[in-house]
Amino acid sequence: MIERSYDVVIVGSGAGGGTAAVGLIPLVEQGHRVLVLEQGPRLADEEFTGEELEMAEALYADAGGFLTADGTMTLAFGQVYGGSTVVYTGTSLIAGRHVIEAWDIPGLTHADVTERSRRYMEQNNVHLLEPELINENNSLFQKGCESAGYEAHQFPINVKGCLGSSLCNLGCPNGAKQGTDRVQLPAAELCGVEVVTRAEVLRLEERAAVVRVSEKPPGEKGAPSEWEPGEYRVSARMVVLAGGAVGSPALLLRSGFGERLPRLGERFTCHPALILVAEHPRPITNDVGHPKSFFVDRAEEEGYVLETCMYFPFVTAKSLVGFGEEHGRFMAAFPRLQMILVLACDRATPGNRVTIDGAGRPVVHYRFTDEVVQALALGTRASARIFFAAGALRVHAPLASPTTLEASEADRIDERVGPEHFTPGTVSVSAAHLMGGCAMGRSARDSVTDGWGRVHGIPWLRVADSSLFPDSLHINPYLTIMALADRTAEAIRLDAGELLSTRAEATA
Amino acid sequence: MDERGWTEVEERIEAALRSRSPALRRQLRLLIQVLDWMPLLRYGRRFSALGAEARTALLQRLQRSPALLLRRGFWGLRTLVLLGYYGRPEARRAIGYRADPRGWEARRGMTADEGTGDEA
Repeated sequence: MIERSYDVVIVGSGAGGGTAAVGLIPLVEQGHRVLVLEQGPRLADEEFTGEELEMAEALYADAGGFLTADGTMTLAFGQVYGGSTVVYTGTSLIAGRHVIEAWDIPGLTHADVTERSRRYMEQNNVHLLEPELINENNSLFQKGCESAGYEAHQFPINVKGCLGSSLCNLGCPNGAKQGTDRVQLPAAELCGVEVVTRAEVLRLEERAAVVRVSEKPPGEKGAPSEWEPGEYRVSARMVVLAGGAVGSPALLLRSGFGERLPRLGERFTCHPALILVAEHPRPITNDVGHPKSFFVDRAEEEGYVLETCMYFPFVTAKSLVGFGEEHGRFMAAFPRLQMILVLACDRATPGNRVTIDGAGRPVVHYRFTDEVVQALALGTRASARIFFAAGALRVHAPLASPTTLEASEADRIDERVGPEHFTPGTVSVSAAHLMGGCAMGRSARDSVTDGWGRVHGIPWLRVADSSLFPDSLHINPYLTIMALADRTAEAIRLDAGELLSTRAEATA
Repeated sequence: MDERGWTEVEERIEAALRSRSPALRRQLRLLIQVLDWMPLLRYGRRFSALGAEARTALLQRLQRSPALLLRRGFWGLRTLVLLGYYGRPEARRAIGYRADPRGWEARRGMTADEGTGDEA
């Protein structure tokens, strides 16, 4: 095994890892060595083609279809230089006061999260999209909300020079989205932080990571790794986990930390979501323009959030329940389709957790609670009202039987759509807001880290990603991940004197 | 769809399965075998020997089966078929999918027939 030595090793390069990398630039300036390990590849600009299947395969774990243990939900998370920030839509919201206060983490205040989030909003060029760039898939949502009595808000987004490809979830082909791959990681690399891609951390040892660097498979996208393929033992004075809500707890579990950290893997939440589709009588601009401009927040009142969205042919086909004529009819109406994403604001629930299988691979156990199913039903009803108010002819509602609601049934939505029609394994549920698993809290009895990402009882080990969330956020999480990772980086800088002081001795 | 189309569907499904776990591929193989023999009692024939109507009826029952294992198995097979079918550029064109990396610029360059006629 090849030996390497660093002061700080960051595992993962998404919203958390990228933020930790820039946050540790001051340590690099003091002469310390900081390394980021990313399991996925580093793609060249011209490799972002917007082709659905090839980009999903290149950018996501399991091509975006990572299945939960009972196979009733797919989880989408990026596995590429920049992590999930390469595949999100760039919607940038600050966590709600009530959510942060309900988390009740010592030392973590809403004011602090807000101040840090604002800093990253500025760094990432967050702004409201100009009205002339908003497409009809979005303007119809706004219009429908107005007529149906829902309050639509515009999403601030982090784009620079957006051409409106609509392909955000397949990686922006124009480099417009300001993810960590565009902003934080290049800045960190410029200052001397090293980033190694195609580097999978197999396990952690005491102040070390055992890493497998893979060869670039022939014909696949991305550059070869910066390191020669092989197995490495990378010793580190500190290790920062930023592999996401699935990756970070799974790595700790397969490294044998389960006994010292009995809450590891718990408090997994993910905003389970349904993609709803409605057909209009005329073509609308849907597969051109930024896909996600508006949302309706009913989290507090009814447990759901609605967002505009626009997906690609395969994902759309997968989201429609059933097969055959009715399925084909919706697909054939693609230029006339309007889409809404219904997200359930799930709560941390015993049993919903990350574990590992015999080979150490992550397994996500997730059961849809009655509250989640109810929220999906209420969100579907609201969406159907919005679709019809915007002029849709028919709506595909996975929580109705039969699933097609005609405009003539618009006054029977409550009767036609309900939680009793939710059949796990038949309805396509997906989630992309993966949270928890290394939750913050007070002690190892109730959590994995403190409010600064310090793992309880293991001073050299830190967490800087969405696995820190002790419960779901109710909004798109990346900005809050950056705020928390910024705190983790600050705590590392504060503790560096003590933890990194003997570096010369270690590397001698 | 012609023979070339079917070959392309199969190739895309095979390509997608190559990066999946051997366990998943084994489960799929088993499910396809079960599915093929399942209609023997009811129809006296294997699935592959049934007409379109009987096949549809059987798949619809499978989709709503009380057993989660069968429902999710069906869901997985259906997902793969949809991936193979809608992964083809021809199928995307046929349904009128027009997303282009050049975004608005590309759409404004289209003729009225190609575009929606309602561009901002």
